[in-house]
Amino acid sequence: MKIQKKAHAGTLESGDVLVTVMPSDTLTIEIQSPVVRQFGDAIERSARDVLDAMNIRQGAIHLDDQGALDCTLRARLHTAISRALMEEDDTADPSGKDGNTVVMTE
Amino acid sequence: MKLSRRTGKVMPSLKDAIRSSCLKDGMTISFHHHLRAGDYVLNDVLHTCTELGFSNLTVNASSIMACHTPLVEAIRAGVVTGIECNFMHASVGHAISQGLLANDVLFRTHGGRPAALESGTAHIDVAFIAASASDPEGNCNGKEGPSAFGSIGYAMSDAVHADYVIVITDHLMPYPLTDVSIPENLVDAVVVCDSIGDPDRIMSGTTRITRDPIGLLIADYTARAIEACGLLEDDFSFQTGAGGTSLAAAAYIGERMRKLGVTGSFASGGITGLLVDLLNEGVFKSLADVQCFDREAAASIRKNPHHVEISASRYASPQAKSTIVDRLDAVILGATEIGTDFSVNVHTDSNGMIMGGSGGHSDTAAGASLAIIAAPLVRARLPLIVDRPQTVSTPGKTIDLLVTQYGMAYNPKRRDLHDCLTGAGLPVFSIEELKEKAERLTGKPRLLKNEGRIVARVIGRDGDELDVIRAVHK
Repeated sequence: MKIQKKAHAGTLESGDVLVTVMPSDTLTIEIQSPVVRQFGDAIERSARDVLDAMNIRQGAIHLDDQGALDCTLRARLHTAISRALMEEDDTADPSGKDGNTVVMTE
Repeated sequence: MKLSRRTGKVMPSLKDAIRSSCLKDGMTISFHHHLRAGDYVLNDVLHTCTELGFSNLTVNASSIMACHTPLVEAIRAGVVTGIECNFMHASVGHAISQGLLANDVLFRTHGGRPAALESGTAHIDVAFIAASASDPEGNCNGKEGPSAFGSIGYAMSDAVHADYVIVITDHLMPYPLTDVSIPENLVDAVVVCDSIGDPDRIMSGTTRITRDPIGLLIADYTARAIEACGLLEDDFSFQTGAGGTSLAAAAYIGERMRKLGVTGSFASGGITGLLVDLLNEGVFKSLADVQCFDREAAASIRKNPHHVEISASRYASPQAKSTIVDRLDAVILGATEIGTDFSVNVHTDSNGMIMGGSGGHSDTAAGASLAIIAAPLVRARLPLIVDRPQTVSTPGKTIDLLVTQYGMAYNPKRRDLHDCLTGAGLPVFSIEELKEKAERLTGKPRLLKNEGRIVARVIGRDGDELDVIRAVHK
């Protein structure tokens, strides 16, 4: 599978990770993390696991990690790739928000 | 006949005062950190020393704060080649960790510093004392004037032991000042400047109660543990840090004391508005204050006689005949790491970079009957509990209890706590069990070892070297 368009998942809150995936002819994984010295290898392993499981061979993957747990990291990457693989129509969001239409009144 | 009176010790400028001190290359100058992140004095003095062409000076400061980054320039210029302090903010600490300073930084504790001055292990040639009010003879305090910061406790030992004492103030008052914290008999010169600091920045962001549910849960467990140990009786005494979790614990303890109708004896340490409220409500009879953390505390120490200013020596010096910390029932402290032997790191971050220091951590841990570390079990994927902390700031034998949001662990030397804690229904584990719990969440972090040269030495409160800190190369 090939990533067709740019997509994000996650946040820059402590304990989360902001994943950005972009189209590319090769596969690159870029990891930025305050715990890269302690968990850099583990983060890369998990990222490759998710990519393999989703059959992704090409794409530029950027992980801006804020100390996310492994489960968070996997979930965010999975979501980002799913978004990147969606057809344009699927992602069209009338509310301009993240898939939910929320109306609040006072 | 007209009386001729002394005109006092006021010097025309900081330069003149430094010249009058006979400061020489290689000597030690000292500072105190009561103006916290708003301090101008250390930077002004270093700037003037640079202009006067001094080199090879050692800075002995009670703490190096975030605003002291000009110190890095003074080190690069060779003006400063040595640092002794009890705490060093990351803004300077990171530069030190990269090997900037030729000599090793000496880290002491808030009690160890005056003890070293008392015993002569450390010597100050010229002390620079920031005072928010002074008269022309140097009677001074931190309580009056536009830059009032409250207690001047850490500077008292400097005034007693330094060879030459320069008071720097932005508020000259007529002789004699009546509310005197440091008296004229110790002062050689007075300098009047435009401003000693930015009062808005004395209050750092740390002095607010946390709203983080994890912090609140830890605080709740901590307060319940103190009650379970039977300490919440009349004349209870305690200290907390100014971190959000510690403050929340203090608030919960105050609440429990009100409900139980208990009147505490004293609270000590860095004092916050929260403790001032407990004093005013009558929950505690007095406050022993070595440093004010916020404006509420600074205002209270000025007008309330039960809010007592204390010197660093009376606070915690192991050389003193008795101290406040030895009277503490409980202290609540933080940690960046804790070893399975309960030894605590508050000096270095997860990569071994300097970003703190003991302050009164080791002193209160050694003194208090119940020394509690209250901290989250995991912070940004890093487990709190490790086999051995990167830096030992406080020896494990002085820590009694660790409280996390997943439960608590007592030091095996305090097996007597077991029944109290479990009897109160609190979640008690061994520290190894808590460590495993954390690692199940985070995975096992790769062990880091810094092999660089020694950049700092951690001196325990008894004067012995506890640990060394090595350079980190990026």
